[in-house]
Amino acid sequence: MASAEEVAEQAERREIRGRWLLSAPALIIILLAATGPLLIVVIYSFLTPGPYGDVVWKFSTDGWLSVVMQRDIFDDTLAFADAHLSIFWRSAKLSFLTTIFTLLFGFPTAYFIATRPARQRDIWLFLITIPFWTNLLIRTFAIQEVIRNEGIVNTVLIKLGIISQPIQMMFTDFALMVGMTYVYLPLMVLPLYASMEKIDFRLVEAGYDLYANRFQVLRRVIIPLVKPGIVAGSILVFIPALGAYVTPRVLGGTKNMMLGNLIELQFGQGRNWPLGSALSISLMAIVMVALLFYVRSAGRQGGTHG
Amino acid sequence: MPEQPGRNAIEVRGVRKVFGIGESQVAALDTVSVSIRENEFFTLLGPSGCGKTTLLRLIAGFDFPSAGEILLHGQDIAPLPPFKRPVNTVFQNYALFPHMTVAENIGFGLEMLGKPKTEVKARVAEMLKLVKMEALSNRRTSQISGGQQQRVALARALAPQPKVLLLDEPLSALDFKLRKEMQIELKRLQHETGITFIFVTHDQEEALTMSDRIAVMSSGKILQIGTPWDIYDKPAERFVADFIGETNFLTAAISGMGNGKARATLKSGVTIDATVAEGFQPKDNATVVVRPEHAKLTSGKGDLSGTVENIVYFGTDTHIHVRLDSSEAFTVRQQNTRSAGCGFELGDRVGISIGNDAAQILRD
Repeated sequence: MASAEEVAEQAERREIRGRWLLSAPALIIILLAATGPLLIVVIYSFLTPGPYGDVVWKFSTDGWLSVVMQRDIFDDTLAFADAHLSIFWRSAKLSFLTTIFTLLFGFPTAYFIATRPARQRDIWLFLITIPFWTNLLIRTFAIQEVIRNEGIVNTVLIKLGIISQPIQMMFTDFALMVGMTYVYLPLMVLPLYASMEKIDFRLVEAGYDLYANRFQVLRRVIIPLVKPGIVAGSILVFIPALGAYVTPRVLGGTKNMMLGNLIELQFGQGRNWPLGSALSISLMAIVMVALLFYVRSAGRQGGTHG
Repeated sequence: MPEQPGRNAIEVRGVRKVFGIGESQVAALDTVSVSIRENEFFTLLGPSGCGKTTLLRLIAGFDFPSAGEILLHGQDIAPLPPFKRPVNTVFQNYALFPHMTVAENIGFGLEMLGKPKTEVKARVAEMLKLVKMEALSNRRTSQISGGQQQRVALARALAPQPKVLLLDEPLSALDFKLRKEMQIELKRLQHETGITFIFVTHDQEEALTMSDRIAVMSSGKILQIGTPWDIYDKPAERFVADFIGETNFLTAAISGMGNGKARATLKSGVTIDATVAEGFQPKDNATVVVRPEHAKLTSGKGDLSGTVENIVYFGTDTHIHVRLDSSEAFTVRQQNTRSAGCGFELGDRVGISIGNDAAQILRD
């Protein structure tokens, strides 16, 4: 006869086994879908580029070296090159600005929706999600139609006699910012709304009651309370913006390249898959480090609230 | 009675508040006027939806009146935003800032008024002591109990030394014992700070025990303003008598009006003397009210007679529900003694004698 303790121990072991079995599908998907391809990218970054794209199975660190160096075409010496780094920097800068702009436009939008009567809110949220139904490429071309030299804005301004020459907006950082802000705005509005909706608006009244004016209530009461939404929205906008491909390609042209375009170039015309892989992993590393710092500093300021 | 305007902390003059537009308009307050004196513990009492919270929100500045004036020490504050009114509120669910500590919550108002840091610190310490929360000053508001949150909310509202403190059913979330404690605490705080308190509640017992004066409200109107004693013993109309305490209502034929008194002939055929509420001219039939503690149960003949239907023991007293022969219900409250029961059994035939000066004739 097994003692009571043995029975209990067996039951516990069975339960642990059961838990592993139940979580196995999720673990397998994570392993296959996330870790697997990532591993392939890491391996490719240490191989030699093939003549028509693809890779030759020969170890080489050239892919990684090319991220920050350039091999002279005549004497094969390596020299520091900032061409790729400047694109990294540019992408980070533009993504940061995109985050700021979406926050500036998204905050009042989310606040407006959150303060509507409950039944109206669903309609407003529905309107916010409508752009998701249309292909990104088509929406981006629509923006092009608005801001190109023969587009709506320039035509109207010329017809009104305000300007005589069309304003060059296409293929500038302005066009890029318009496009990126437009594309990523819903990703900011939705998490902001989610945390604003949870605010007890009596806290806002308490703020007013305790002599805080509108600006002080915003700064001292509302913003600290929606901080989790600001953090989530910023992450949701900044990360995909960093790797944006379609918008910079269509609106920014070839001169105003972003990281996504640079990586695409290596796998396409550049025929340098190891470099493309190395760039991809660098991008990931930057995102992870940035995220770590951001979440940590946001967590410190926000305290235990959330 | 005429009052000097300077002596009134708050004067509400003909205030109306209408919510909604067009046909769906609802008048939450229907031309309300009331004067609240300085240093007074004034209570707005009424069932939910009677407009008491609306009136409080108008005084605080969260809503603006559709018509009328609200004066604070003689100055019209109705158009001012809440952050420009020297009035603070203790909210029903306290509305403490969850992202701040207890001390930060208490200091918030002073900080917003631009007081120097040292002054804020000293005042916060003083407030923490006043509400006996010194030990928990660095806790988050989510880490303290309901009673403690209540104290912090009070301290936060009192810290900027408002001219008037508004309290919106502040005790309703507390359990019975804590509520009793806080009632005494609130009276002490009002006494120590000398600030005018306007207290909103639907709990008539709370209103009676704490207030200097009470305004009883129903459907957007003030029905009666008076001391707890006035309200309980001289209710102006049936609603007030019904809402405050327990009351027996009897229908009677009225005769011989005069000198504030009338003769009321009850359905049992017995005629008793009754006081007539001020300004009321009863017609042939009217409602006579008798408080349960002002009637006495006898086993012999009384003014009314009936059968004992139910006996409810309350510890300090016993409520005996009697079905009168006229089929009306009547409750008698009888003080308990340690040695004996109430002396009646279910189904007993009993008489009820109504004490002198116990009956009142009220407007329906």
